[in-house]
Amino acid sequence: MGAHRNVTRGYADELRLFGTPLARTGLAALVVVFLVLPTVVQNDFWLSVLIYVGITAIGAIGLNLLTGYCGQISLGHAFFIGAGAYAAARVGGEIGLPLPLWLLAAAAIGAALGGLIGPFTLRLRGHYLAIVTLGLVFIGEHLWRNLTDLTGGNSGTPVTAGASIGPIDFNSLNLFGESYSRNQGWFWLVWGLVALVALLAKNLVRTRPGRALQAVRDRDQAAEVIGVRAGQYKIGAFMLSSAIAAMAGALFGSYQQFVSPDEWNLLLSIQYIAIVIVGGLGTIFGAVLGAIFVGALPALIDRYSEAIPGVQTSVGGEGFISVFALNQALFGLLIVLFLVFEPRGLAGIWLRIKAYFKAWPFSY
Amino acid sequence: MTAFLQNCFAGLSLGSTYALVALGFVVIFKSTGVINFAQGGLLALGAYLGYTFSNNLAVAFGVAVLLCCASAALVGATFERIVLRRMVGQPPFAVIMITIGLLFILEPMITAIWGFDQKQITNPWNIRTVEAGGLVFGVRDLWTIGLTAAVVAAFFVFFRYSSLGLAMRVTAFDPEAALAQGISARRVYATSWAIAAALAALAGILMAAGPGGLTPSIGFIALAAFPAMILGGMDSPAGAVLGGLVIGLAEALTRGYQDELFSWAGSNVSVIVPYLLMIVILLIRPYGLLGTKEVRRV
Repeated sequence: MGAHRNVTRGYADELRLFGTPLARTGLAALVVVFLVLPTVVQNDFWLSVLIYVGITAIGAIGLNLLTGYCGQISLGHAFFIGAGAYAAARVGGEIGLPLPLWLLAAAAIGAALGGLIGPFTLRLRGHYLAIVTLGLVFIGEHLWRNLTDLTGGNSGTPVTAGASIGPIDFNSLNLFGESYSRNQGWFWLVWGLVALVALLAKNLVRTRPGRALQAVRDRDQAAEVIGVRAGQYKIGAFMLSSAIAAMAGALFGSYQQFVSPDEWNLLLSIQYIAIVIVGGLGTIFGAVLGAIFVGALPALIDRYSEAIPGVQTSVGGEGFISVFALNQALFGLLIVLFLVFEPRGLAGIWLRIKAYFKAWPFSY
Repeated sequence: MTAFLQNCFAGLSLGSTYALVALGFVVIFKSTGVINFAQGGLLALGAYLGYTFSNNLAVAFGVAVLLCCASAALVGATFERIVLRRMVGQPPFAVIMITIGLLFILEPMITAIWGFDQKQITNPWNIRTVEAGGLVFGVRDLWTIGLTAAVVAAFFVFFRYSSLGLAMRVTAFDPEAALAQGISARRVYATSWAIAAALAALAGILMAAGPGGLTPSIGFIALAAFPAMILGGMDSPAGAVLGGLVIGLAEALTRGYQDELFSWAGSNVSVIVPYLLMIVILLIRPYGLLGTKEVRRV
C-alpha cells in the first residue's frame, strides 16, 4: 500500500514541481485554457491585452529572480527591455534572422549589458544599487535618443522581426487547414514562452544556484561563510534577469512593430517593480499573477476611461486627472498598500487560502 | 574667460539647489537609514504651494516661501508618521519602494490639482540682472546662492548646538543608545522628515522662480540630486553640499561647452553628466568624498 498522496518523505518530494494530484489537475486545466482561449476570445483588444500581459510576465519573472530571489534592487529594468527591443529591430528586422535566433540574440545582448552593470553590484548594496540603476535609465534614454543608426533616435524605429519557428509562422498561423489571426498566433507564442521561462526559472530556484541566490538575499556575508560565492551569484542574477528582460523587450518590440525611446522610462521600471511586489516577491507564480493584475491595468483604464469619473478622455478634456497620471498614481498606491499590508503579495494571499483548506478544519 | 566664469556662476546657482535637496536626503538617511525617493514629489509640492500662496492668495513672496516650507514640512512629517513609521525594521528594499510609491502618488496628485501647463510665480526677482566686472549675474541666482548658504549655515549651527540637533546626531550614531538615554526616536524621525521636506520645498520654489518657470517635471531635479549625495558621501551633510555644488558646476559647464567639446556625445549631454560622475566616483571611492567608509563585520 502506497503512502498518502500528500505525504512527503524527503527533500525530493518537497521539491517536486507537480507532485500532488491537485497540482497536476491545475496544470492540465491551465494547458486547456492556454490552447482554447484564443479560439473563444477572438476580440483583438482582449487578445492584445493578454499578449502584453504575457510579455510583461516574462520581464517580471526576470526582475523577480533578481529582486525577489537575490535581493538586489534594480530600477534599471526598463533599460534592458529597451535594449532587447532594439536588438530585435536590428537582428530580427534588418538582418532577418528567424524568431529563435533573434530572441537568443536579444538575450545575449541583455546578458552582456547586465554583465557590464554587474561589477557595481559587488561593491554596492541596497541603496547605492537603486540609485546606480536609476542613473542607468537616464543614461540609457540618452543613448537611445542619440544612437540614431541603431535606434532611429527620437522618432523611433520600426521592428520588422519575423515570428516564425521553422515552418510555423505565428503572424499568420495555419494549422490543420484552419487559419488564425496574428493576435491568436501571438497569444500562443507569448504564453508558450511564458511557460518556458517560468519553468526554467522555477527549475533554477529549486536547485543549488537558486538556494545560493536566496542565501545571498537573506544575508550575503553569512552566505559567503557557508561557501556561496556571493559575488558570482550577484553578477549571474543580474545577467540572467537582464537577459530575460531583453527577451521580453524583443517580443514587445516585434509585437508592437514600432518602438521609440519614450517607452523606456522610469515609469516602466516602476511598473515592473509594482508587478513583483503586488504579485509576491520571491515567487515565480507571483510574477505571472502580478503581471496579470498590474500589467492589464493601463490598457483597461485606457479603454474604460470614459466610465471612470474624473478621468480625462482627451488632452485638455473634462476631468481632473489624465489616464497617464492615473496609471502612475495607481502603481504608486499599489506598491505602498501591498508593502504595508500584504508584503507577500497576491501569491501570499493564495498560499494562505491554500493552507487554510489544507489544514481544515484546524486553523493552523 | 568671461564665458567660463559665467558658466561657473550658473553652475553654482544650480548646484545650490542640488545641495539643498541632497542635504535633505542626508538628513533623512542619517537619522532613519532610509533613502527618500519621494523628495522630488515634496519639492514639486512645495513649489506649487508657493505658487498658490504667492499668486492666488497674493501673499508677499518672502512669506510665501516660509509658508510653503512650513506646509511641506508638515506633509513630510505626516508621511513619516502614517507610512514610514510602519516600516521600521523592514528591509531597505521595502522602505525604498515605499518612498518611490509615495513619489508616484504625489506627482499625479500635483498635476491633478494644478494642471500640466507652465506657471510663473510672482516673485520680486524675475529676470533682473546686475553687472559686475563684465559678468552678468541674475538676481534670482544670487539670492539662490545666498539663501542656500544661509540655510546651510543655520542647519549646521542647529545640528551642532541645539539639543534636538544633538539628539538627531546621537540617534544617527546609535539608535538604541539614544533610546536608552531617553531621546524620543519618533520626534527625531519626524523632525528629520520635516527638515528634509522644508529644504526640498525651498529648493523647489527657488527653481520655480527661475527662467524655467514651474512645470510638473520640476521634481526631476531631485533625481539629479542623488548623484550629489553619493558624490559627497551618503552620511555627510557637508559632503551633500559639496557634492551638490560639484554636480551643479559639472552640469552647467557641460551645457556651456556642449557645442564646442561635447557635440560628439549627442545633444543634452549635461542631463546625464551627474549620473556619469556618480558612476566614476562609485568606482574610485564608493563611500563618497566625505563619507565614512562602511565597515562590514562578519
